[in-house]
Amino acid sequence: MAQSLSTTAEVMKWVTVCDLGAIAPNTGVNALVGTEQIAIFRIGETDEVYATGNFDPFSKAFVMSRGILGDRKGVLKVASPIYKQNFNLKTGVCLDDEAVALPVYPVQIANGQIQIGLTAA
Amino acid sequence: MPLVKDVLTSELKKAGVEVNNHLCEHFPYSRQELYHLLRVGEIKSFDELLAQHGSGHGCEICKPTVGSMLASSWNEHVLDAPRVGLQDTNDSFLANIQKDGTYSVIPRIPGGEITPEKLIVLGQVAQEFDLYTKITGAQRVDLFGARVDQLPLIWQRLVDAGFESGHAYGKSLRTIKSCVGSTWCRFGVQDSTSLAIELELRYRGLRSPHKLKSAVSGCTRECAEAQGKDFGIIATENGWNLYVAGNGGMKPQHATLLATDLDKETLIKYIDRFLVFYIRTADKLERTSTWFSKLEGGLDYLKQVIIEDSLGIADELEAQMQYHVNTYQCEWKATIESPEKVQRFSHFVNTENADPSLAYVQERGQKRPATEEEKVVLNQSKDVLKVPAQ
Repeated sequence: MAQSLSTTAEVMKWVTVCDLGAIAPNTGVNALVGTEQIAIFRIGETDEVYATGNFDPFSKAFVMSRGILGDRKGVLKVASPIYKQNFNLKTGVCLDDEAVALPVYPVQIANGQIQIGLTAA
Repeated sequence: MPLVKDVLTSELKKAGVEVNNHLCEHFPYSRQELYHLLRVGEIKSFDELLAQHGSGHGCEICKPTVGSMLASSWNEHVLDAPRVGLQDTNDSFLANIQKDGTYSVIPRIPGGEITPEKLIVLGQVAQEFDLYTKITGAQRVDLFGARVDQLPLIWQRLVDAGFESGHAYGKSLRTIKSCVGSTWCRFGVQDSTSLAIELELRYRGLRSPHKLKSAVSGCTRECAEAQGKDFGIIATENGWNLYVAGNGGMKPQHATLLATDLDKETLIKYIDRFLVFYIRTADKLERTSTWFSKLEGGLDYLKQVIIEDSLGIADELEAQMQYHVNTYQCEWKATIESPEKVQRFSHFVNTENADPSLAYVQERGQKRPATEEEKVVLNQSKDVLKVPAQ
């Protein structure tokens, strides 16, 4: 299932990073794609996955993949493990400070493998 | 002095405003109510609790709270698959995260007593992994700057040398600090070190609403500062005095004398009851001092419950503690023995590279994290640092 559908159309190439099974239910992992650190999160035991930048703009550490997943009023989110600011998993926007956002990336599962989409830009 | 939140709650109640004590938007219950539901229903997982008594996906408030309740009730490994996603930052990698995303490691040193051989091992491990080393306020040694991928390697060395988890990362028992007591001190009247070690080995790994600190002093000079702890013991000519609900942190509070001149068996029984009663009834992230200040009936009521067994639950409280003692395992030993658990301890899922953003400078003969300004300088000289522009 592909997330970030609006950007999927611009994907030039899909890069395989790991098996879906490498992500324990309701946790995240961090992948090195080119020179980018990308946090990939898995909702429950499903194949619903999201990808954001791994850089935490508040603590300035590369740690977002280690945050706790959950929802606020139905909006899926991840909480920074350092200072606990929450970010919308779909848009990357910080729920506690709308001026701040994580980058989000196209992500899909093909044959049980998680792939990150590289865009032209 | 009470916390602002407690004052506000109390004033709103007085003004007739209904005050919501719900854990969070996902559970319409207080922590105490949820603990009761979890035990009565013998609920063993977050998903089960959420399905029966909550809604939504959970959050960073309820997940660690329920993770702690499950641990103190059933004592299963916190990193097993159904629970790993519940754990708060430090618990989820069994180490204390620092500002740069690396961790600090604190092995257990029961009672603060350590052999020269073990002390040397700590120094060797710190040298080998280039860790910043500092003595903690709880008679232990803290090793800073361990990368997530180094944690299992560090713990392999420590476990091989006979160390076990110090649970400094958990809302759980820390050290039971002690003075040297009657064995060495010319003023000591009881063997405070032996008691501290015995108690620490009994309550190690016990998860609770917040961290638990303790100390044992061998005489009334009180060198171990037991009256500033969640439970503190001071030797008398006739046995042990038990103090509870002290705090030396954000809101210092002198501990309250619960019972005097106890023999060791009675002392342990009272501590068992006190701790489980607190674990079952406190709010999330509430230290014993705050819990005790809010306890209706105060010291008299606490004495009735703990000493006179006015609620008829003493046996049950003791049984819950005995279950904890019987099922204790070193979380780190169990982790390094499990390839599945070790797999999570890498910075990248798709390469063994370490985090390239980490940068250090030397200060007083040891490393410390580089400041943002220092990183700019380091980044110009080395091409290893990549911090996105803000």
